[in-house]
Amino acid sequence: MAYQYNGTTVEHDEEGYITDISLWSRELADIIAKDENIEMTDEHWEVVNFLRDYYEEYQIAPAVRVLIKSIKKSMGKDKGNNKYMYHLFPYGPAKQACKIAGLPKPTGCV
Amino acid sequence: MSDIEAPDAEGGVVKKFMFVNRKSPHGTVYAVESLEVVLISAAFDQDVSLAFLDDGVFQIVKQQDTSGLGIKNFSPAYRALGDFEITKLYVEQEALDERGLTADDLMEIMYEDEDDDYEEKPSVRVVGRGELSKLMSEQDVLLSF
Repeated sequence: MAYQYNGTTVEHDEEGYITDISLWSRELADIIAKDENIEMTDEHWEVVNFLRDYYEEYQIAPAVRVLIKSIKKSMGKDKGNNKYMYHLFPYGPAKQACKIAGLPKPTGCV
Repeated sequence: MSDIEAPDAEGGVVKKFMFVNRKSPHGTVYAVESLEVVLISAAFDQDVSLAFLDDGVFQIVKQQDTSGLGIKNFSPAYRALGDFEITKLYVEQEALDERGLTADDLMEIMYEDEDDDYEEKPSVRVVGRGELSKLMSEQDVLLSF
């Protein structure tokens, strides 16, 4: 299984998470988002970029509760809440946003 | 120990879990597997702590570099434990001494205390063998890695 764009092929697992995170690009993120029926806006990018920074620093993807708490800390309570995050990513902010961000499935995601 | 178990907000039972880490970080999968289970356990609102003894103290030594080993350096993840509300990391003093290490060789692992105006506090506590033994005896569940 793989995503294909501009002649590039990027392998993904059965749930759609790319297997080699170094192959991520913004273009690929748009392709993955389309698969998830998400139209990427600045608000989506804000979360995706946050996740990539988090992963860069801690080498893990946060679980949804941790993600929302961390967003609240850095962007305020208007964005760091369930309603806003599920509005952006209806099938789970951590799961969908991590997939689009090219990260592994969140640790502690049960 | 009390016979009455403290109920959490949803009426479930909160148990004391301690994850005991005894092995060096990169030679086997024990350390990374332990960390994975610890992070998963955070989802269940239990009273979780970690203990580092024997070669396990090397797991939280700072400035680890795994580039020569060809494996991922997962040690930065310990610094995220505070986000997961895991704030008790006990390190055995004797294990440090025996390996020529001090508390200064360990990563700075902090958490924000919500009950104290989000003040940053250290999660790592260096304790003697006797105290660690006492802490272990107070646990409901001990998981050894």
